[in-house]
Amino acid sequence: MDFNFFIGLIAATFRVATPLIYGTLGELFCERAGILNLGIEGTMFIGSFVGFAVADATGSLWLGVLAAVVSGMLGGLIMSLFAVRLGVNQHVSGLGTTLLLTGLSLFLFRVVYGIQRIQPAIKPFQALSPFDDLPVLGPIFQQYALTYIAILLIPLAWWVLYRTNFGLSIRSVGENPEAADAAGINVYRVRTIALMIGGGLMAVGGAFLSIGQLGSFTFGIISGRGWVCIALIIFANWLPSRVLWGALLFGLIEALQLRLQTTGLKLPYEAFLALPYIVTIIALAIAGRNATGPAAVLKPYKRE
Amino acid sequence: MLKFRIERAPSPVWMRPLLPLLAVLITFVVTSVFILLANANPLTAYYYYLTSPFTNRVSMIEILVKATPLILTGASVTIAFASGYWNIGAEGQLYAGALAAAWIGTVVGGWHPVLAILAMLLGGFLAGMVWASIPALLKVKLAVDEVVTTLLLNSVIVFIISALLNGPWRDPVSGWPQSPTIADSAVFPKLIPRSRLHLGFVVAVVMVLLIWFILSKTPLGLRMRASGLGQEAARFMGVNIQRTMLIAALLSGGIAGLAGVGEVAGIHFHLIDALSNGLGYTGIIAATLGGLNPFGAGVAAIFLGLLDTGAQSVSRSLGVPIFLGNVVQSTLLLVTLGVFMLQNYRIRRV
Repeated sequence: MDFNFFIGLIAATFRVATPLIYGTLGELFCERAGILNLGIEGTMFIGSFVGFAVADATGSLWLGVLAAVVSGMLGGLIMSLFAVRLGVNQHVSGLGTTLLLTGLSLFLFRVVYGIQRIQPAIKPFQALSPFDDLPVLGPIFQQYALTYIAILLIPLAWWVLYRTNFGLSIRSVGENPEAADAAGINVYRVRTIALMIGGGLMAVGGAFLSIGQLGSFTFGIISGRGWVCIALIIFANWLPSRVLWGALLFGLIEALQLRLQTTGLKLPYEAFLALPYIVTIIALAIAGRNATGPAAVLKPYKRE
Repeated sequence: MLKFRIERAPSPVWMRPLLPLLAVLITFVVTSVFILLANANPLTAYYYYLTSPFTNRVSMIEILVKATPLILTGASVTIAFASGYWNIGAEGQLYAGALAAAWIGTVVGGWHPVLAILAMLLGGFLAGMVWASIPALLKVKLAVDEVVTTLLLNSVIVFIISALLNGPWRDPVSGWPQSPTIADSAVFPKLIPRSRLHLGFVVAVVMVLLIWFILSKTPLGLRMRASGLGQEAARFMGVNIQRTMLIAALLSGGIAGLAGVGEVAGIHFHLIDALSNGLGYTGIIAATLGGLNPFGAGVAAIFLGLLDTGAQSVSRSLGVPIFLGNVVQSTLLLVTLGVFMLQNYRIRRV
């Protein structure tokens, strides 16, 4: 293991963390508004499918990202119809949303591409390299534009949630919807918009994998990353600033695993893949009763 | 002009049995859009979908084959949800049971089949219980949210199985990532000759009866339902919520484990990492469609089995992608949730 190993590891950490940052920020908006959105896994999945299909059809990767955002917002709208308007149990409506969006992506993928022996592929995003000539900074800053945007989104999310009236509305319907309603805030509308923003962000995380990293759409493309984001939220204590550190920590573990696989280490690589999940469970056990999110999460609001 | 108002009041009693039918109807209308996208006629597709499984013996039995694990995961989710414990981990607990069955199945070679099968069922139940005990203990001892932990543990067990299948258990002959084939004595007997319907179906029916008996005929069941309806009130009644939820969670895990045993001992005869592909999550659909009633969940599981079988024949005859089944099942879940909420409303002329 030499110096270049660590440089490569740092660069890979940011790359792996990117979809987690999008997903976790998306979930943050939902939970801050009082909705646990278990639709995240499916929303990331449909984002990665729609992003890929539109990029493939139009030849424009950015149009793919845009289409993914739209698909994710629609996913949020579906979730809001059940969890917000109809006041259905959030666990079940979230899982239902995930199952629907996953099934829909698989179905539409087959409709568009049929069954092919060769995985359909596109030319993915190229990494930007602003410091190409510099020795250390060069490789570290060689990242996708979507990674830079993800990192910029964290202070933006903080600003929206804590420095705008709309952010105040989101946080108040997540803490005390009755009081928010009494103060003239339309609880249903704010929650719906928060779910749509969240869905759009989650979908970009999915699209990053298909049109950023892989250049193709595979059925295992998300493989539980959405659930990791649900855990990351708790890890981050529902604060935008901590989302980055949690995502980077998880990214580091996965990046390390990818690198160690090639060095012929005897440990099964699955041990590393399982590590973030186990770390989260241990962290939850330690935090225990202190890990409390916004007060109104899981409580459907019914206007009298 | 007539004016109508929607108000919150129980809907008329005659409407209630119609609600599931209404849900199925709305689901078919919504999903027909996707059938059109696949260049097929929705009416033809749904005709095939619902009738072709009944046109021959093999596919009729196949409905029950597909329903068997779903009846079990449905029962598993029912007892947990009915007790107010949100076990999203039936998928992982199923894999834990399958893991145990795949191991026990290879070491019971010389045993009498009755003993071998009993050992597998017991081992699978215990394995599911053990896997379910982690989030359950965290919940009752440390107040850790069970939704997140059960979800995460679903992924963890799949990693463990993948590590075993790619490592020590890799088939020495073929090199495929699958466990060694289980002994003949451990294979579930067929209920009907020349079909895939196996003993697991009987196990599933017994479990539905057991869950029904526990929930509606025992003091434990009363405490479970009380805890599910409202924990504050149940605590006030003197119910030990922690203990009740722990028992519900362990039973739920054990029953999901049995579903894994059935898939190994009745269908695949070895462990593969795509053994389940969501049977645990579909169990949540079954439990919800069944209104958290064990019999309701059983009937819903058979209906979901029909939808699975139908999706296969629509795919074969009309070329509509087989994933239509997933779309229909999940749409049905969401629509049913919505329609059930209608129970609380009635339309009145003003």
